Amino acid sequence: MSEIQLFKVTIDNITIEVPAGTSILHAARQIGGDVAPPAMCFYSKLEGSGGKCRTCLVEVSKGSEKDPRPMPKLVASCRTNVMDGMEVKNITSPKVIDARAGIVEFLLLNHPLDCPVCDQAGECHLQDLSFEHGKADTRYEFQRRTFPKHDLGKYIQLHMTRCILCYRCVFVADQLTNKREHGILDRGDHSEIATLIEKNLDNDFIGNVIDVCPVGALTDKTFRFKNRVWFLKPMDAHRNCPTCSGKVTLWNRGEEVYRVTARKDQWGEVEDWICNDCRFEKKQSSDWTIEGPRLIDRHSVIAQGHYAGTVGTNIPTETFKAVHAGRDPKLLMDIHSVSEVNPTDIELSLINGPAHSNNFNSNKD
Amino acid sequence: MGRKLLLEKAHVPGIRSYEVYRREGGYASVEKALKTMSPEAIVEEVKKSGLRGRGGAGFPAGLKWSFIAKPEGVPRHLVCNADESEPGTFKDRYLMEFIPHLLIEGLIVSSYALGSHATYIYIRGEYAWITDILEQAINEAKANGFLGKNILGTGFDCEIYVHRGAGAYICGEETALIESLEGKRGNPRIKPPFPAIKGAWGRPTVVNNVETLASVVPIINLGGEEYATIGVGKSTGTKLISACGNINKPGVYEIDMTISVEEFLYSDEYCGGIPNGKKLKACIPGGSSVPILPANLLLKTAKGETRYMNYESLSDGGFASGSMMGSGGFIVLDEDQCIVRNTYSLARFYRHESCGQCSPCREGTGWMEKLLYRLEKGEGKSSDIDLLWDIQSKIEGNTICPLGDAAAWPVAAAIRHFRDEFEWHVTHAAEAQTSNFGLAHYADPIHVPTV
Amino acid sequence: MVQFSEEKLAKVKELIERYPEGKQKSALLPLLHLAQDSFGGWLSSDTMDYVASLLSIEPIEVYEVATFYSMYNTKPIGKYMFEVCQTGPCMLNGSDNIIEYISKTLGIKPGETTADGLFTLKTVECLGACGYAPLMQLGKHYREHLTKEKVDEIIAECSNTAAANN
Repeated sequence: MSEIQLFKVTIDNITIEVPAGTSILHAARQIGGDVAPPAMCFYSKLEGSGGKCRTCLVEVSKGSEKDPRPMPKLVASCRTNVMDGMEVKNITSPKVIDARAGIVEFLLLNHPLDCPVCDQAGECHLQDLSFEHGKADTRYEFQRRTFPKHDLGKYIQLHMTRCILCYRCVFVADQLTNKREHGILDRGDHSEIATLIEKNLDNDFIGNVIDVCPVGALTDKTFRFKNRVWFLKPMDAHRNCPTCSGKVTLWNRGEEVYRVTARKDQWGEVEDWICNDCRFEKKQSSDWTIEGPRLIDRHSVIAQGHYAGTVGTNIPTETFKAVHAGRDPKLLMDIHSVSEVNPTDIELSLINGPAHSNNFNSNKD
Repeated sequence: MGRKLLLEKAHVPGIRSYEVYRREGGYASVEKALKTMSPEAIVEEVKKSGLRGRGGAGFPAGLKWSFIAKPEGVPRHLVCNADESEPGTFKDRYLMEFIPHLLIEGLIVSSYALGSHATYIYIRGEYAWITDILEQAINEAKANGFLGKNILGTGFDCEIYVHRGAGAYICGEETALIESLEGKRGNPRIKPPFPAIKGAWGRPTVVNNVETLASVVPIINLGGEEYATIGVGKSTGTKLISACGNINKPGVYEIDMTISVEEFLYSDEYCGGIPNGKKLKACIPGGSSVPILPANLLLKTAKGETRYMNYESLSDGGFASGSMMGSGGFIVLDEDQCIVRNTYSLARFYRHESCGQCSPCREGTGWMEKLLYRLEKGEGKSSDIDLLWDIQSKIEGNTICPLGDAAAWPVAAAIRHFRDEFEWHVTHAAEAQTSNFGLAHYADPIHVPTV
Repeated sequence: MVQFSEEKLAKVKELIERYPEGKQKSALLPLLHLAQDSFGGWLSSDTMDYVASLLSIEPIEVYEVATFYSMYNTKPIGKYMFEVCQTGPCMLNGSDNIIEYISKTLGIKPGETTADGLFTLKTVECLGACGYAPLMQLGKHYREHLTKEKVDEIIAECSNTAAANN
């Protein structure tokens, strides 16, 4: 075995050693918890993915042992490799927190927020992201973007308005199917996923676009409006499939199989790609050998209360410090020290209700 | 009268043809370089010349060349960036249209220096007729032994091809340009790797602006050291400035970088002042993405010193009170122009040209355009101004490529220097639809502390 | 059925040979220009599929590119397309008035084509000729320093050419 060079990298004051060529994001995921930046477009199993959504931006406060200069801009941790002695700030950097809040706002700007009727609700990465990093209200006062509707056939439902243009589905079609038939058309804020000529997407592995889609843009048509994911019990199951590994997660209610997905790890990434046949056509319990309950290891609605006490999310008994890997809770910043918008001469407590920039302007509208 | 190195012969009748260009001393640098110099020596000369990239970023060209990887058996490419699309900039068009052989000559020498046997000119799609002019020039050069196999018997082979774009400002960004050259959407690549390591078709690639590559000709002819004596400080050589907007003599001027902004704007040799006796209100000195400056910060720096037309002086004061040389697109606004409207127009441009790949730019540019439209139409709120400021700050530095910055800076600078004009659009909404905020105090001398 | 002439196919071959072997997709932009010029000034999905087959790439790769660049028309256009620049420097020199004037004269809004299929009006962003503002692109060339009188002349010139060719 050839010797693998190890690099020392410190992320949010936690130091680990990783092989050369590891990205900052992967190193951070090895530490885990809050230190791992969120990623909406990067997908480790899809070559070329990442760099686009900008949610995983981090601050590199020291480039490396050799060249300790900090990097001038925040970098996409998914596409930046660690250097030996590198120091990275994720949640310990106010700059990162601020930029990330901005990115979340941008991603939600034209998002329809139709979660109540969206099949992705409960397992949506954008929901999680906005819960963790977003604001409660929007500052966007314009009509949200709409697109002409496209039909992608009997398996896949496209809601373009929900799309955040992560390009993952394009990579899936490129890298897993034998012919890519959909792509990103148009440009800028009008870019859309489409086939241009109303083509059905029914390539053998194309169903995986549903699993990689971080939002509800591409959902399972055979499961559409059938149930909410948090009412379903995920069960690992397998079958002897001639085209794929046949290792899946079944989503049951009672005896009934509502949908079939690939098994996903704690970062929401598919463990084994599955074929269309397994996903769309095998909806009988008798099609499958059931292995047992599936642990959903995500901080999301979908992980709540499935099998409390056995698998899934436990009812928390630890202190905040304990669940934060020994770190104390983040202190709130003194807003006056960091904001140019809120001048110190205005007594915040005297403002009735949430402060608005109008409060700080002499000539009110 | 400043020294001219690029456009000196541009108006000789018939200079577009090989015969006249050659008779006027053209292609001498190819003979000198290929016959008497090694590729390394040319890179050295360009380094010595202090030539800075003329496309906008101003990165030292020789240094950029020295970064190119030279793996065994892998071809390298030089790509000329003729995707001139920055509003206010039309200097490359002028050079290619009037004296196309100068570019071809520069390309041959640069290709030799970099070891590129297939060199591409990526020209913006709209310059359709210039594509013909360039192809004609290439054919003539080839017919006379300056291109093709075994150039001048030196054993160096080189072909130049013109690749026409199809309408996308973003392709001026070098990795988007490479994507487009490869027949793809002009989505900028995520760096690293940089083109010098992995560029077109995964091969080491250098992308340089038209003017930069044309400047290699005088550098070789004069020698890098002599070239460096022209200009001042780190602004060496001559620079093409395309001047437009409210001036008497819009056009392309070659300046040596020692003249003052005031001289450039008001002397008859250059812009010839502002028409109809109007006063100067503001100026965007380096193409639409650089910060706009009010009259009182354009001619003098915040320290009260004369501002000159060069890289250092134009950026004196940073973004707080300075701007940038950028691509040399000098846009002048007279007292009748509305800053809000101008900013809206530019915001619309950047929204239209965003490739849509990364979220801050895709979403942020559209948001800024909508807010500016609302302010311009007198339907804005004063909080919109703070919001705009916040949006641009969230875009800047957080995008894949510099288009995000390019979209953010004009908005930031307009609010920074012209905030009261924006506020006036809110407080005097109806009035703003029929009249203009005018010159206001934007030309008033700035008090300079004596300490 | 779209099909290039022999002469154009030779041009296609020459274009493909400009790029490294196996990288024939690089010729996509020039081929789309050629196709658009040859097949009625726009790119139908048939035309794009044809281009895909010439380059041995998937049709979607052509659609992606054709819809990205603003100069490719994926819908039919008029015989003469006025592409009037409206960005910053042109705006400072009154491009809005020119657009409004053309719009009024031809009775169409930007993005529309006249009923006789002769004229399309399109507003475009910076054409890179700001010193010659206001201006428009008409076919291969720019028409610069536009005034209302000049616009009238251009419209007459186009109408006359079209009439002479009929």
